Amino acid sequence: MNINLTMIGQAIAFFIFVVFCMKYVWPPIMAALQERQKKIADGLAASDRAARDLELAQEKSAQELREAKQQAATLIEQANKRANQIVEASKADARKEGEKLIEQAKAEIEQERNQARDALRAEIAAIAIAGAEKILETSVDANKHSEMLDKLAAEL
Amino acid sequence: MAGSASEYIQHHLQNLTYGKLPAGYERADGTVTSEAGWTLAQSGQEASDMGFWALHVDSLGWAVGLGVLFLFLFRMAAKRATSDTPGGLQNFVEVMIEFVDNSVKETFHGRNKVIAPLALTIFCWVFLMNLMDLVPVDFLPQLFHLAGLDYMKVVPTTDVNVTLGMSLSVFALIIYYSLKVKGVGGFLGELTLHPFSSDNLFLKILLVPVNLLLEGVSLIAKPISLALRLFGNLYAGELIFILIALLPLWAQWTLSVPWAIFHILVITLQAFIFMMLTIVYLSMAHEDSH
Repeated sequence: MNINLTMIGQAIAFFIFVVFCMKYVWPPIMAALQERQKKIADGLAASDRAARDLELAQEKSAQELREAKQQAATLIEQANKRANQIVEASKADARKEGEKLIEQAKAEIEQERNQARDALRAEIAAIAIAGAEKILETSVDANKHSEMLDKLAAEL
Repeated sequence: MAGSASEYIQHHLQNLTYGKLPAGYERADGTVTSEAGWTLAQSGQEASDMGFWALHVDSLGWAVGLGVLFLFLFRMAAKRATSDTPGGLQNFVEVMIEFVDNSVKETFHGRNKVIAPLALTIFCWVFLMNLMDLVPVDFLPQLFHLAGLDYMKVVPTTDVNVTLGMSLSVFALIIYYSLKVKGVGGFLGELTLHPFSSDNLFLKILLVPVNLLLEGVSLIAKPISLALRLFGNLYAGELIFILIALLPLWAQWTLSVPWAIFHILVITLQAFIFMMLTIVYLSMAHEDSH
């Protein structure tokens, strides 16, 4: 149990070891630990942010979907309305056209009837003259009797 | 057997000592030194006659070797330290460092770059030195005997010089930080004006010697108790291993195995206590509480 120089030797060794540890061991490991801590904290923060972003994006997409649906509904409604209008309009046009055509046809028929009647009248006048010639055996002077013939044709 | 048993024990408790012998000293082998000189002690008597000017080569050698081992391992981890996934060694080193760092942060609230590395060095180094206690008591001494060295104590912390060397270093730090933080006046005031104090100036002066005695004793007791606690525990443990080694072979392992297992706790605990008390003492030195 001798107290001797060993004590001082040990103290010197102790001093050197502590200084070495303080300069070359503690700082790099502590730095690595803190850096990792920071990395993990950053990662957690980033994942939090990403989750929030995702939520926002989902909300936004839902809203946009809703808006798009609404727009589509409006468009369809407008298109339907427009289609109805067009159908209505074309129906009216068609009816008008039809009426016009009928009107025209009627007018034509009337005209042709008049023409036919005129032609018939003329022909009957000719036949009547021919008949009268036969009966009289003489020619009827058309010019002399035109007044009478016209009167006859008007009676037919 | 009694004689050889006590010789065996004494032999095991003798350090390998390198020191200065005076001129005209009769060596253990009968020769007489012609002049004063440094040499290896050949017996316990010679070692104690060397007085203060002697080195325990084995204690210092093992202590320095283990300290270098500790720093080598930790330096290797520190060099490769990465903030990505750590490897096995770095993991272990990080666990140790975080453990020490937490212990320091719980106790010491100031800002000091020395204390945490100091605590780490103390814990690991003392633990490694204590760990040598678990090497069977005759292994290494027998090896060194074959190499021609008669004395070999492999557990540095069973040498009171080693524990005192460390505790006195801690004591020096306590004094240094006390003076640095509180100033000379503050430190002296702490030593002389507490725990007994008075508003009466005369009484105050009268109480100074009493306070100085009390505070002085408690101050001196810090390094002494720090050193002797570690030394006593390990010395006793070593002694019991030596005593167990004296028993017949069949009884040895039935006793030494349980004692060794128990000792795993003791060596860790003692290393932890040495570290913790160092932190506590240094944080007390930093506190300007009075």
